[in-house]
Amino acid sequence: MGRLRRALASDHVAGWAFIGPAVLLIGVFGILPIVWGLVLSFQKSDLIDPNTPFVGLTNYRALAHDHVLRIAAGHTLVYTGVFVPVSVIGALFVAVALNRKIHLIRFYRTAVFVPVVASTIATSIMFLWLFDAQYGLANWLLGKIGVGPFGFFDSPRGALYAIIAMTVWGWVGFDVIIYLAALQGIPHELVEAAEIDGASRWSIFRSITVPLLGPATLLLVVWSSINALQLFDEVYFVTHGGPPPYNTAVVVWWLFSLAFRLGAAGYAAAIAYVLFLAILVLTMVQFWVGNKVVHYSS
Amino acid sequence: MTMEAQADRIAWPEEAEAVERPRRRWLPFSPWHLVLFPLALIMLLPLVWMIVTSLETQAESLHFPPVLVPGSLHFGNYPSALRSAPFGRWFLNTFIVTSTVVVSNLLLCSLAGYAFARIRFFGRAATFMLLLATLMVPFQVVMIPTFLIVKKLGLFDSLPALIAPNLVSAFGIFMLRQFFRTLPVELEEAARIDGASRLGVLFKIVLPLSLPALATLAVIQFMWTWNDFLWPLIAVFSQRNFTLQLGLTVFQGSHDVFWPLVMAGNVMSMIPMLVLFFAAQRYFVRGIATTGLKG
Repeated sequence: MGRLRRALASDHVAGWAFIGPAVLLIGVFGILPIVWGLVLSFQKSDLIDPNTPFVGLTNYRALAHDHVLRIAAGHTLVYTGVFVPVSVIGALFVAVALNRKIHLIRFYRTAVFVPVVASTIATSIMFLWLFDAQYGLANWLLGKIGVGPFGFFDSPRGALYAIIAMTVWGWVGFDVIIYLAALQGIPHELVEAAEIDGASRWSIFRSITVPLLGPATLLLVVWSSINALQLFDEVYFVTHGGPPPYNTAVVVWWLFSLAFRLGAAGYAAAIAYVLFLAILVLTMVQFWVGNKVVHYSS
Repeated sequence: MTMEAQADRIAWPEEAEAVERPRRRWLPFSPWHLVLFPLALIMLLPLVWMIVTSLETQAESLHFPPVLVPGSLHFGNYPSALRSAPFGRWFLNTFIVTSTVVVSNLLLCSLAGYAFARIRFFGRAATFMLLLATLMVPFQVVMIPTFLIVKKLGLFDSLPALIAPNLVSAFGIFMLRQFFRTLPVELEEAARIDGASRLGVLFKIVLPLSLPALATLAVIQFMWTWNDFLWPLIAVFSQRNFTLQLGLTVFQGSHDVFWPLVMAGNVMSMIPMLVLFFAAQRYFVRGIATTGLKG
């Protein structure tokens, strides 16, 4: 028994030695900030003054009277509500088109995948130029088919949609990769049987492909929503929340501005926690609804 | 079939015309080309236009209708961009930060992932769940306190501020643990009986069998770190500590109408990422297909 105990003890030591560095780092930079963020949301802080008095629920009460936050929340919902269906449904069609063995298919797939590795900033710079109101290629091309000209990022009403177009370009390849992996899992026999029965391509797509892609669709809807609700880089860099006053203001942009530009870090922490809660609730609702609609094949 | 095997098939499709419905041929090629070719052009347009503009003169770039084919190729824009901003420094910073983060993640996630997969120790399940839970918390919740922690540690406005919070990721631990569990345990047991230490087993047997998983983690982590913008924006302040992404925003802001210059800088910032993508496309595809993550 002594040997067994010793072996067990050494396993405990070995296990903790192996995970020690990782646990320490995640403790300091992963778990501590989660707790500290909650504490901060009940404090007044400008990130400079070491004195951060507790102010009770003041920060959370202030949420209700924040005019900019209301605008930003509205834009965040519009952005998410358009971006998610456009990118996911678009990716579905693109993936189905790409899921075949024809010449040039590797070229087509690469063309769709490449934007995924472009950073948000590099993408933004490309689109600032492409969407330039005066000299941009987009206005010239759209003019050829009799549309425009558009102000794009300079347009008070259009800027948010220009951001949607740009982020769909950057994201769609990601969704396509997930869909392609799921399409490979659809049994050929199923499609062939339907073809023999004389089903049209469209009805095969609707009645076989789309339902079997349900789990992938649910994953993409949840994942894209989580990311869409956290839109920041493009708004910060391209439109600065504008055109003035707040035509592309979104929640994370506003809480960043509050914390790091306007000296209201405690209040920003409260917004961050409320957004976290909203994301959590939305994710749970999406899974709940999704699991009723989506059928998982065994 | 596993997702990984599927992912490999995505990256390496066989090219063959024959399979596509031979009946109902009204074109000498598959009608799908009529959809896919314009689509590919649209997807490539911003990239191609960036490269074209980076080779134009200033006058050509500010001409409407746009000059689609520059009169001659002005490669001089590239050295000009390098001279007009400390791109060298930003490249070096980004390279130091990214390579440190990738190497450290490979090492620390391997160690922790292996322990969670194979060693039975006190508190294993609870610790693992706790680490997993941190994955659910969005960055904007932790960014303000992380800034305060980094400041308290005296790291603000330094490269270690960019590195320290990213030295290990719960995602990487989870991914490698899942992979290690698929390996046959008999090999490891045999090595243990032969007197190998845990560390020896990990480095001599497990990791050599895990190269695809390690490559996947490496390219995903590389992409995250190289492209990250929000954390560097918070963690550093002086231009000498900028990463490329931060530098690009400043460069674009101060050379607003000098598009050829801006585009040359942008092209250069993307080259390492693009080279890695084309060299390791299958690992990107696998990384995304199996984990569903983009930074």
